[in-house]
Amino acid sequence: MTTTTSATESRFGPRQGQKPQGGHVSAPLTTQRSDPWQIGPLLTLLGFGSFVVYVTFRAFQGLDYYSAPYLSPFYSPLVYANPEYYSGSPTFHALLGNLPAEALTMWQQMIAWLPLALPLSPAFFILIFPASFRGTCYYYRKAYYRSVVGSPAGCTVCPIAQGTYQGETRLLLIQNLHRYAMYFAVAFIFILGYDGWLSLWMPVDAQGASWVAGGGDPATYQFGFGVGSVVMMLNVVFLGGYTFGCHSWRHMIGGRLNRFASSSGETGLSYAVWKMTSWLNERHMLFAWVSLFWVMFTDFYIWAVCNGWITDLNSWSQTAAIGQ
Amino acid sequence: MSERTFRIWRGNPQDGGDFVEYTIDVQTGMVVLDCIHEIQKQHAPDLACRWNCKAGKCGSCSMEINGKPALSCMTRMNTFEEGETITVQPLKTFPVIRDLTNDVSWNYQQNKRIRPFAPRPRDPDGEHRMMQEDVDRVQEFRKCIECFLCQDMCHILRDRETQQNFAGPRFMVRLASLDMHPLDTDDRIQEVRDESGSGLCNITRCCTEACPEHINITDNAIIPLKERVVDRFYDPLMWLMRKLKPGNSREKTTVE
Amino acid sequence: MIHLDEIQTIEHDVLVVGAGGAGLRAAIETSNLGLSTGVITKSLLGKAHTVMAEGGMAAALGNVDSRDNWKIHFRDTMRGGKFLNQWEMAAIHAKEAPDRVRELEDWGAVFDRTRTGLINQRNFGGHRYPRLAHVGDRTGLELIRTLQDHGIHQGMHVHMECIGIDLLQDGGKISGMLAYWRETGRFVVFRAPVVIFATGGAGKAWRVTSNSWEYSGDGYGMAARAGAELMDMEFTQFHPTGMVWPPSVRGTLVTEGVRGEGGILTNSKGVRFMFDNIPERFASETADTKEEAQLWLDGDREARRPPELLTRDVVARAIMREVKAGRGSEHGGAYLDISHRDSDFVKRKLPSMYHQFKELAEVDITAQQMEVGPTLHYYMGGIRVDAESQMTNVPGLFAAGECGTGLHGANRLGGNSLSDLIVFGARAGLGAKAYLDKLSGTPAVQQEQVHEQMRSVIDFLNREDGENPYVVVDDLQTTMEQHVGIVRDGTELEEGIEKLQKLKERAAAVKAHATSQYNPGWNTCIDLRNMILSAEATARCALQREESRGAHTRLDFEGEREEGLTFNSVVKLVDGQIEARKEMRPTPPEELAKIANASLEDLEGSRV
Repeated sequence: MTTTTSATESRFGPRQGQKPQGGHVSAPLTTQRSDPWQIGPLLTLLGFGSFVVYVTFRAFQGLDYYSAPYLSPFYSPLVYANPEYYSGSPTFHALLGNLPAEALTMWQQMIAWLPLALPLSPAFFILIFPASFRGTCYYYRKAYYRSVVGSPAGCTVCPIAQGTYQGETRLLLIQNLHRYAMYFAVAFIFILGYDGWLSLWMPVDAQGASWVAGGGDPATYQFGFGVGSVVMMLNVVFLGGYTFGCHSWRHMIGGRLNRFASSSGETGLSYAVWKMTSWLNERHMLFAWVSLFWVMFTDFYIWAVCNGWITDLNSWSQTAAIGQ
Repeated sequence: MSERTFRIWRGNPQDGGDFVEYTIDVQTGMVVLDCIHEIQKQHAPDLACRWNCKAGKCGSCSMEINGKPALSCMTRMNTFEEGETITVQPLKTFPVIRDLTNDVSWNYQQNKRIRPFAPRPRDPDGEHRMMQEDVDRVQEFRKCIECFLCQDMCHILRDRETQQNFAGPRFMVRLASLDMHPLDTDDRIQEVRDESGSGLCNITRCCTEACPEHINITDNAIIPLKERVVDRFYDPLMWLMRKLKPGNSREKTTVE
Repeated sequence: MIHLDEIQTIEHDVLVVGAGGAGLRAAIETSNLGLSTGVITKSLLGKAHTVMAEGGMAAALGNVDSRDNWKIHFRDTMRGGKFLNQWEMAAIHAKEAPDRVRELEDWGAVFDRTRTGLINQRNFGGHRYPRLAHVGDRTGLELIRTLQDHGIHQGMHVHMECIGIDLLQDGGKISGMLAYWRETGRFVVFRAPVVIFATGGAGKAWRVTSNSWEYSGDGYGMAARAGAELMDMEFTQFHPTGMVWPPSVRGTLVTEGVRGEGGILTNSKGVRFMFDNIPERFASETADTKEEAQLWLDGDREARRPPELLTRDVVARAIMREVKAGRGSEHGGAYLDISHRDSDFVKRKLPSMYHQFKELAEVDITAQQMEVGPTLHYYMGGIRVDAESQMTNVPGLFAAGECGTGLHGANRLGGNSLSDLIVFGARAGLGAKAYLDKLSGTPAVQQEQVHEQMRSVIDFLNREDGENPYVVVDDLQTTMEQHVGIVRDGTELEEGIEKLQKLKERAAAVKAHATSQYNPGWNTCIDLRNMILSAEATARCALQREESRGAHTRLDFEGEREEGLTFNSVVKLVDGQIEARKEMRPTPPEELAKIANASLEDLEGSRV
């Protein structure tokens, strides 16, 4: 087929570098929209900014991440501990037990040139995974391409960098590895789920007293629950809502198929899972923000309890009170 | 009834153009297209604009209203502030013919480049069988009315030098409708990446915001296509599996 | 005046005018047959009025109810058309529709599915069984997009925004067509021995219509001026359910699918008035209690259908009656309600209706009732064609789709229009091939003819001053609403015809301002003469038919008359004047007559 208009040789569009012809603007960050389009990207920037500042501070702090029986999600799974080095650190909770003194010495030599002393925080080993998952997430990509890079900052807002656009080719091909970050993120849901379960079991000593910072290995665990347990479990729910609404996950568990139904017309498990994922996927942005906020809040809650800024309401202190 | 002022771009590329103001009376329930017709009747019989169905079904009356691509037949006047001047322009992405009309023939050329539907053979009784659950996705894409608002909104086509390497959201949707079609046998993944430039899309989702048919272009068409491209080209494990199990390069997976 | 050589000339074997369903289907056929095919379209490819068709396309596939077969479809079509249809056309249509629909599936159409994975079919007014293959309520879009996407790979040439002015002839035979590009206003001569019209109707002559600006009767005007006959022009279908509020969308279509999915009509008193409007002919097949109607909706195969699904003429008249009796809705229509069905069901089955009301009228149809009233929707009449080949009485001129006539008789069943397009579009393509095979020599384009036609449209631009064409269109629409509306009357019609004569004079003297480049004012000047010609043809046929039958209702001649069944109205342009005559109907083929009058039981059991 050829489609022709009046010109014998059909003009080739889009404008191909010509100036726009209908009274449009072209300068970076200009638009003819009359609504306050700046609000969206600014709020995103503010949200990201505060999260990054908070997380960086808390990760480098390396302190106050465990208040029995609650472990901050930034430090889970806890790879190692060292009660002498990190106050309140639960050795019994750590995968590798106490941090060896040699490692500590090596670290201190490595950062000797720095003007301030940085602790070798167990969070370093953890945060890389959620960071890479969120960093390559199809929602967050939109968010930072818009609000950080301005490519474009808003719809019909002229992009900041003009003429050098490569999209997600070349260096940004790395974004295509999102699914590998997703595999780890799914594992984290189970790890944090386990933490949620542990938040119901208070480590106690032989006398039945709750574990406190500096305490040794607990004699046993006592079932109960507190506000912190609820906070931690909600964290798992929100992170799960975010992770299982992931575009890559949606592709892997069913989206890659062209037929869900068998020849007899029955749709199986993968269709059901795909439908549920699609429901979450439509709300991916919502879950991205809610889970981002809540994971920060969970950490803050534990930090605050560690420092006694707030008192965790729970069943164990009740028992203790009755016992006295 | 109230008086409303419109700033409409008039002109053509040869002689240039500028905004011209028109004031008309607006009645209850009117849309922007009604106002343009009213302006044609009262002030400017030669004001050029396209329209057909006037019910959001044909996608002819695309233009930019207050800086946003929209169907003028579906933009109600009561969505604007009282006394707000309404600016109407042709689309930015495509060459202007005159006033509010653009030459959109490029889109038809893109469509021509996409290889046609290639169905598998019919069942022995002469029927094609597909379950509703399997065609739901494809039917969403086939709601497209080709208004090309997404093409206008997409910053790659709208503002970029690399525009020639990207087919645009409309044709990513069309490719998705073919690639996910339960009957189609053609392999389109290479084409999605190399011919249509799926890698250029940075999923900033403006196309989805523009779609008057509420097709979830980014999440349901472009990203699933990008994931299928990853399967083929960028996933090392998938690559290894293909090497170990050759003869399975046809990626169109079906369950039986 | 410029010489012929200086005008842009494009050569084709076949020129198809119109890129809706019929035009594209015809072009696919001729390009597949190896003919160089050009398609011209007033707007862009894929925007034709076919996209407005919502409900579905009728074909006796028997996927939902296996009792269905072509004979019952044929019988329904004849009964719906009040036996004024052309017998052979109705039979060809019913026989070939299923194959044409299946073919679309091979070209990529994705219809809604049954639970066993076949093409789903829905109920519609006048169809005995669920028969309409559909895609939600956007079947027309699916049809046109399928044909478009398939067609672009078949080698046809689509000339967009190119508008026909008049046919060119050599000794009576078609030799081509003069047209102009909308974009530049420049002329173009198409040299083609075959022209297939797929130009649609002329609904734009009315104010309340579901038709767009394109529907100006171009095919009727051009064909009549070339000597072709028009037939059954009095039968203009008023769709019972168009939007009535707000004023700017008055007439916009509300699909019959709403009633097919269980929508009920009530008046301002809350009475379901269709129960009081069941014609005798349909009494045995129509439910007379709410309970039975509900049973039918629940899928009881023994129950009779709700009266809301009676043929369109019956429902449209019933609504008019309620309005005239003062029981109309707030803005002069009736209430249509689907909110008793599940909200998700409504959104899934009628998505574009949901959006249309939500966005244009701020009405949520899953919770609120709609206001609807009759709107001019379709021309049953049109260019008279041969049933087999679709050729008109002008050698080389073919017509298919709404602009042709014969299939629908006095009233069209919903869903038959889309199947009409693909069945007779394909037939026209075959007919064109057969004609070309027999044609010796190429009919020549005459310079004089081209010049005369060019002059007739350039005058609108060149004259010193004249009336604004939009004002004349406005007055034409007022005249047609008032004099040739849904209920007609002899004196009214005569007055209307007189007014049309005056309008004709005014239309000849309108003035277009500015240049010819993309100038809707000038385009309207050119369309106007076709619009008035079609309007007059309708009025004259309406005056001639002294009875009420199907879509044609006369206050002064109530009910069907025996004489009415004996003739079709035929219109011809004689010395520039429209003349209507009665053309006696031939005796029907025996076999078809037997089928049309057989009982349902016999047809279901294939005993006839």
